[in-house]
Amino acid sequence: MQSATGAAKAPRHRSVTGTRKTVAALFLLPALVLLGALVVYPIGYSVVRSFYDQSGDGFAGVDNYQALFTDDGIRTALKNNVIWVVFAPTVATALGLIFAVLTERVRWGTAFKLVVFMPMAISMLAAGIIFRLVYDQDPDKGVANAVWVGVHDTFAESSAFPKAHPGRKSPLVAENGGFVTGATVRAGDPVALPLVGVAPDQLPDGAKRAVAARAEPGKVTGTTWQDFTRGKGVGTLGAPDPDELGYAGMRIEAVEDGKVVASTKASADGTFTLPASADGARLRLPASNFTEPYNGLDWLGPSLVTPAIIGSYIWMWAGFAMVLIAAGLAGMPRELLEAARVDGANEWQVFRRVTVPLLAPVLAVVAVTLMINVLKVFDLVFIIAPGSSQDDANVLALELYRKGFAEDQPGVASAIAVFLLLLVIPVMWFNVRRLRREVRR
Amino acid sequence: MRAWLTDKVNGGLVRVFLIVVGLFWLVPTVGLLVSSLRSPEDMNASGWWKVFSEPSQLTVDSYRKLLENGDITDSLLNTVLITVPATVLVVVIGSLAGYAFAWMEFPGRDWWFLAVVGLLVVPVQVALIPIAELFGRLGLFGSTLGVILFHVGFGLPFAVFLLRNFFAEIPRELLEAARLDGAGELRLFFRVVMPLGGPAIASLGIFQFLWVWNDMLVALVFTDADSQPITVALQTQVRQFGNNIDVLAPGAFISMVIPLAVFFAFQRQFVSGVMAGAVK
Repeated sequence: MQSATGAAKAPRHRSVTGTRKTVAALFLLPALVLLGALVVYPIGYSVVRSFYDQSGDGFAGVDNYQALFTDDGIRTALKNNVIWVVFAPTVATALGLIFAVLTERVRWGTAFKLVVFMPMAISMLAAGIIFRLVYDQDPDKGVANAVWVGVHDTFAESSAFPKAHPGRKSPLVAENGGFVTGATVRAGDPVALPLVGVAPDQLPDGAKRAVAARAEPGKVTGTTWQDFTRGKGVGTLGAPDPDELGYAGMRIEAVEDGKVVASTKASADGTFTLPASADGARLRLPASNFTEPYNGLDWLGPSLVTPAIIGSYIWMWAGFAMVLIAAGLAGMPRELLEAARVDGANEWQVFRRVTVPLLAPVLAVVAVTLMINVLKVFDLVFIIAPGSSQDDANVLALELYRKGFAEDQPGVASAIAVFLLLLVIPVMWFNVRRLRREVRR
Repeated sequence: MRAWLTDKVNGGLVRVFLIVVGLFWLVPTVGLLVSSLRSPEDMNASGWWKVFSEPSQLTVDSYRKLLENGDITDSLLNTVLITVPATVLVVVIGSLAGYAFAWMEFPGRDWWFLAVVGLLVVPVQVALIPIAELFGRLGLFGSTLGVILFHVGFGLPFAVFLLRNFFAEIPRELLEAARLDGAGELRLFFRVVMPLGGPAIASLGIFQFLWVWNDMLVALVFTDADSQPITVALQTQVRQFGNNIDVLAPGAFISMVIPLAVFFAFQRQFVSGVMAGAVK
């Protein structure tokens, strides 16, 4: 910090120039006029305005402040602001601390810091657009869902035929989300399991032209395929036509008395072969073939939108925490850490018992700065939350903008402004007190 | 031996962790850059990471179209027209006041200074409605001058705070020597104080520059279609995000280029500005 703590033994407050008061006034005038007109006057105006009704003509008492706690939009905003103030600064500070401590141990720590600090330099609008892309619902567009679905599908198999269902004259009937043949099957007698309803571009990549299965003695054979050819009345129902594709990879189970006696998967042309044990069973296409594909999380939907935007904020500001904490670390007495290590403390104990307590003042400054900053968060919510969930993501600064400039309720908006100001007054007081000690020397 | 081994393993884990986190931090920005270099058709068909298997998808068409789009180029110019004066004015006016607070004598000086410091944390939101009304009366609403003034007003507390503290560190002898040479108040300020204050002025300038360049809220309230900066021009497209990605992605990237260049060129000054501003 660029501080005023110099070696000021001589009374440095005495002017070297023997300034006349008029000169001092001229130097100060531009700053004081602008500050008065643009910062101080608005505070007073907002306070007064918050006690008048929306048109500004009638005195409204505390009505506008009452609205803070009764208006649904403002209440959601308040609730979200609490979530923001609790989570965003803590997580960003914690990450900043972890990064600052760990980067001290690698040679390319500076490069890492640069990468994490970089988002500080860009606008919240740009960050908003970046994260709108990241959080896109479609796993083929948004990287968050692409990763999430990838992880999910590694552990849970996805199905290939979500919308398939029996067409006319199909031997299959629905059962528990899957389909089962009405009659039992016999070895040596090829079975046809036609379905319809899978969009052509949704069929598995390897699917080939469906062919009728050949009879094999002692085995149950058959074909499962998309029994549909584009154009009215083209092709035959219940038998594979030249343009029809096999359901490659469809899972088929032979069921007898409710128990699965054999199972297999269809090959690329839709044909399958089951052993003799399937003789006399019914064939079932289990429900796992037909579940909807997993589409990932609705990051910007009503329930996740606030955490998602907080994530983007942390992406922007963890670097700030890291840099300040790293500066604090650099100024820490190394002998203390070494002494603790010599005394047999492991790295975790050193971190927990020495580093963190010594850094406590820095951590506090970082967290408080972030809290003030979070109270004012506007751009990220405005940009990232889509229209459909903006109400759910609402925060005070956004609600102030809406009330003041979209809904023409300047009275309520002023009350929100005064409320925001009241929240930062403790920090204002703290700043002034800290500086007063320095100035007074 | 065992300690050595745990050290090695831990060191490896730390490296892996930091690399993963670093990627995590880079991927979103890379995603935007790549998206800005693909056609809207490709963007609709598949994720931007497809580009790594099909590099032929890369195209600067979106940028070309964007730069032919008069609204966008005008708004970029507006960003410059707002940012540069707002930065210069804050530096000049802040320096004058900072010098007065540090080296001149007048009644109530410390109280005035503390009052200015108190204004550091006032949220800009407090001033939106009152100043909109004030500018409406003065005919400044929608003008570039109005936005500039607003940014100067809210930039000043930090400027005065930072510069006063820095100027106060200037050795007294230097000022006295210049004074004995017959330098007047203005000469002293421009020839001695300003040059010596270089580092602090650089920090402040960069900080204020990025602050104003990146602002959206203030401009959203106070500019109109003719004076809007790039951030406001782009946000109007966000409501139709999917359809406008070919404007938004390159637009956002262009708006980031200058701040990033400033950031990489002046990292040290930026960091010291951020640290000094840790109370803002």
